[in-house]
Amino acid sequence: MSTVAIHNGRVIDPALSRDGIADVVIVDGRVARVGPNEGEMVVEADRIDATGLIVTPGFVDLQVHLREPGAEHQETIASGTKAAARGGFTTICAMPGTDPPIDSRAAVESVLREAEASAAIRVLPLGCISANRAGELLAPAGELAGAGVVALTDDGQAVADPNLMRHAMQYSTRFGLPIAQHPEDPALVAGGQMHEGWVATRLGLRGRPASGEATMVARDIALAELTGAHLHVCDVSTAGSVALIRAARERGVHITASATPHHLTLTHERVAFAESSYEQIHYDSSAKVFPPLREESDITEIAKALRDGVVDAITTDHTPVSSMEKDIEFDLAIPGISGLETAFGLSMRLVERQQVDLATLIERFTIGPVRAWALDRQPGLEGLGSLTPGGVGDLLVIDPAAEWTVDPETFSSLGRNTPLAGETLTGQVIATIFDGELAYKNKSLTAL
Amino acid sequence: MTAKANLDIQAIPEEGTTSSHLPSGRWPHHDMLDLDNCRRPDIEVVLTLADRMREILDRRIPRVPALRGYTIVNLFYEPSTRTRVSFELAGKVLGADVISVSTNTSSVVKGESLIDTVRTLRAMRSDAVVMRHPMAGAPYLAAQHTDASIINAGDGAHAHPTQALLDLYTMHRSIGDIAGKKIVMVGDIAHSRVARSDLWGLTTMGAHVVVCGPPTLLALGMRVSDRPSHAENALPPVTIETNIDQAIEDADVVMALRLQSERQEGGLLPSLHEYATHYQVTAERLARAKPDHLLMHPGPKNEGIEIAADVAGGSHSIIEDQVTNGVAVRMALLYLLSGRIEPEEVTELST
Repeated sequence: MSTVAIHNGRVIDPALSRDGIADVVIVDGRVARVGPNEGEMVVEADRIDATGLIVTPGFVDLQVHLREPGAEHQETIASGTKAAARGGFTTICAMPGTDPPIDSRAAVESVLREAEASAAIRVLPLGCISANRAGELLAPAGELAGAGVVALTDDGQAVADPNLMRHAMQYSTRFGLPIAQHPEDPALVAGGQMHEGWVATRLGLRGRPASGEATMVARDIALAELTGAHLHVCDVSTAGSVALIRAARERGVHITASATPHHLTLTHERVAFAESSYEQIHYDSSAKVFPPLREESDITEIAKALRDGVVDAITTDHTPVSSMEKDIEFDLAIPGISGLETAFGLSMRLVERQQVDLATLIERFTIGPVRAWALDRQPGLEGLGSLTPGGVGDLLVIDPAAEWTVDPETFSSLGRNTPLAGETLTGQVIATIFDGELAYKNKSLTAL
Repeated sequence: MTAKANLDIQAIPEEGTTSSHLPSGRWPHHDMLDLDNCRRPDIEVVLTLADRMREILDRRIPRVPALRGYTIVNLFYEPSTRTRVSFELAGKVLGADVISVSTNTSSVVKGESLIDTVRTLRAMRSDAVVMRHPMAGAPYLAAQHTDASIINAGDGAHAHPTQALLDLYTMHRSIGDIAGKKIVMVGDIAHSRVARSDLWGLTTMGAHVVVCGPPTLLALGMRVSDRPSHAENALPPVTIETNIDQAIEDADVVMALRLQSERQEGGLLPSLHEYATHYQVTAERLARAKPDHLLMHPGPKNEGIEIAADVAGGSHSIIEDQVTNGVAVRMALLYLLSGRIEPEEVTELST
């Protein structure tokens, strides 16, 4: 029997509307008790002193690229989950755009097997919408659901064919799987390297128009209304898609949405300019990501949607890329940001700017994504995203005031591709407890 | 020592004196990536020095040893005749060793990375790399990884600063100071690296610039009202006009840009014929410009599409001057970037 007691932290558990000083006791991988002085009642335990710190449920990320199988030079399940633990994530959904893609029971099982052997935290597999992720024929949703996938998505490749999308949605309703879509119309954004706008004009790069996202989101909403399916919009990056999603929710369409920390805080200017100087440009491929970083007016609207719950979850869309694939011509650089380890610190800027409060932010990292996809209804995941007694024993100890400098060389992820290198972030995960065990601890963690 | 004399003497600096930052008092650029970071005095030095270079170029035997022992590599990832030859000649007139390498990006994608290539060239003691690349920003990447001077000879749709300098020089020779002059660029602004660099150069020198083209070939964000207020100066201040007749009204200089046929194939234009009908620079349209207007084109021209054959070869056309001036301007630029020019000479040139 193993017991962990976290003493005297400020427990923020949005699922249960709890925010106050308390102890948390975890016994055999399950939350046993939460309350003042509960830790004192336990005789024998590993004890952590969380005085002055925050204790939250473990974070849940609906959208992570682990790159195994097929691109292990970018990330493995071992390295990616280690990075996740460092970033405070205890449950991540693995995107199916691997090589081969996850479009069969055998492929799902291979991911689960590798995760069982090497993952530092919980990995929930996602399956493809289309066979071989080719956008032509349906992947076997029933077989995938039976093997344990929690949602379907064609990863960074949006389903372009409206008929295929319609049928995928109709078919998915039988198995209760959300259809998650990367929201860019491939034709409208073809060849685009960054957000279409004045920065792209300055750099002479082909743009990806914001309307390329809005048209796809609008189409998918119409199809979700037609089919009654559950649509999840990943990577919301424009004010236009926020308006569409907001309106669709209001009229009762089954739609959920997520946004990344970078789309919530960084703009397209990041690609070209050092702060507040427009004289000198650079081509920063570490800020190349699809959908691209947008404008101030977009990030303001996404932040509002996050506050209001129109955006249910913060997801990282963690995309590790090797330097060999990033430190090249901008047009050739693979898009993506290695985001797991900076997610919380970067998102804390929303709290600093008073765009959301701390409890709401934590909600969007914990119970927000869990409810979006009803993950706590999966067998064994009762209480996921909360500190409900009897539920999964995943929690974090966070120092919300810790300032730290992003040094990609210290990342656990193999992907050092971040536009934040050298920047100071405020807010750091001090300890990650997964299934009652310490999955990550920062140097500043104090044991009792 | 007079500045001019200095061009005729051997001035071979000791090895290891190439630095990534020229000391103050000197021309403040180590690379020439675009004109967006060039101020008016920087450009004026090039123009004045280009006059002297033009004089050398017009000699019976156009050779001086100013860049003897200086190695220039022309690294062209995209086919080019005029720009490559222009740079080769500029280097050779000044006595530099010039090596031209033509390659294509597909072999680079598979084999050697751009960073490797420029490091290798530097390891072989190249002093300057003149780079043409089909992708925007490639010379910026190169410049970060070498202390050789990188000269952008065209990067995708982004910039072509030596073309802009030669355009400025050609105008300067013909009409002197262009401050306050109305200069109209007609054509495919969105995909034109020449236009982008010209706009920086022309507006820095105080010209009133009008860009004109069909709406599908205009770049987003060029109107000040399309940018947030904090970014007002992040693109050159220009006027946008989609009607060519209005654009040309009272123009001092009209510049037609090359129209690539793939714009029609890409669905941006109904047909080349329709483009010619609405945007071709013709004698009739030029009648609206100032009587002593100049006509320019960066080449290569599609006569009968963006420019009518009769005006291209007519009395207002200075298109051929542009070509000759290109060599002189590139000579000036290479000499400035080499760091062999004396500070006093720069001072003298800029006054």
